[in-house]
Amino acid sequence: MARRWFLAGVVAVMIALGGAAALFWPMGAGGGGGGVGGRSVGGPFSLADQDGRPVTEQTLKGKPTAIVFGFTYCPEICPTTLTNMTAWLKALGPDADRLNMVFVSVDPERDTPAQLKSYLSAFDPRIRGLTGSPEAVARIAGEYQVYYRKVPIAGGGYTMDHSSAIYLMDAKGRFVAPIAFGTPFDSALASLRRLIHP
Amino acid sequence: MSKPLFAGRLAAGLLVLSAGFSPALALDVHQGALILSHPWSRPTPPSAPTGAGYLTITNHGSAPDRLIAAASPAANQVQIHQMSMAGGIMTMRPVEGGIVIAPGATVSLAPGGYHLMFIAPRRPFKLGDQIPVSLTFERSGTVKLDLTVETPPAPGDSMPGMAMPVDPKGGH
Repeated sequence: MARRWFLAGVVAVMIALGGAAALFWPMGAGGGGGGVGGRSVGGPFSLADQDGRPVTEQTLKGKPTAIVFGFTYCPEICPTTLTNMTAWLKALGPDADRLNMVFVSVDPERDTPAQLKSYLSAFDPRIRGLTGSPEAVARIAGEYQVYYRKVPIAGGGYTMDHSSAIYLMDAKGRFVAPIAFGTPFDSALASLRRLIHP
Repeated sequence: MSKPLFAGRLAAGLLVLSAGFSPALALDVHQGALILSHPWSRPTPPSAPTGAGYLTITNHGSAPDRLIAAASPAANQVQIHQMSMAGGIMTMRPVEGGIVIAPGATVSLAPGGYHLMFIAPRRPFKLGDQIPVSLTFERSGTVKLDLTVETPPAPGDSMPGMAMPVDPKGGH
C-alpha cells in the first residue's frame, strides 16, 4: 500500500515536472513526434485575423499549417521570419495555396487587428495574422507550448521574450515538426514541401 | 598640402578604387581613435513600431571607449539593445552602461546581437534610404552618420533566395 502511494507520488512529481518543462522548454530546436513532456503541441483556440474575422483551430484544419509566434514591435526576428515565409510561399508556387501560414501576436495589447493588417501588408497576403484578448493569446500559447513574457524597459515601454521557432502542423491539427530560427532557407522549404506532400 | 602627402592620398584613393567592391571602406567614418564602418539598417514594414541599425566599430586607440547614447531625427528614440537567442527563445534588452570597445578591439552591431533600436520611426525605412543617426561615445564624443537601408543577410546561410527585400506586393 505504501509502495502504491509512493508510486503515485512519483507520477505526480513527473507530471508536475513535465508541465514545468513544457512551460520553460518550448519546441525550440529538435524534438518531433507528439510534443513535450508527454503533452501534444497544438489545440483549441479562438482569435481574430487581421481583418477581424474569427479564426479557430477548426478554421485551419483541412490544410497543413506553419504557425509562428511574434509581435510587431520586434525589430529583427519577426520581420526576418515573415520575409522568409513570403519567400517560401513564392517558392512553393501553386502548392502555397495548400498550406496555412499563420503569425500569432504574443503582444495583443499593442497588436490590434488593424496594426497587424498594416504591418503584414509588407508580406505575402496569404499570411494570416492572429490576435485576441490577452487570455485568448495565453490560451493558444499554452496549447502550442510557446514561451512568451512581457519585459518592462527602463524609461518606459516593454518588450517581449518569445519562442522563435515555426511549428508545422498537419491537416488534422497535429504537431509534425519545428523549423528553428536560422534554419537554412532550402532545408526549411523542403520541410514545408514534406508537410504539404506527406 | 605637401605634394608627397597628396600623392599618398591619391594612391590610397586608387587603392580603394581598385579594391573597388568595398563600399564600406569608402564610407568609413573616423572619430577620435574610432573607425565606424558599414552603417546600415533594414527595411521596415508599414506601421512597424521599431527599426534596427547596425555598424562595426574599431578602436585604434590605447584607451577603451564606450558607445553610451544614440539619437536620430528619423525616430522618436534610439536605444542600444542586445538581442540573444537561447533554447529557441528570443530576448532583447537595453544594454546597461553602453557598449565597451576595448583598445584594438572591433565590435559589431549586427543581426543576432547588438543593435540600435529605433523606437517609433517617423516613416517606414525603405531600401536605399539614408537614416541619419548620431552616436555618442564616452571618449570620442558625438559623431553623425547615415545608415543605408539594405536587404539584410540571411540568418541561416547565404542563400540568395533568402535575401529578399520587403515587398509591398508580397512577391506576386
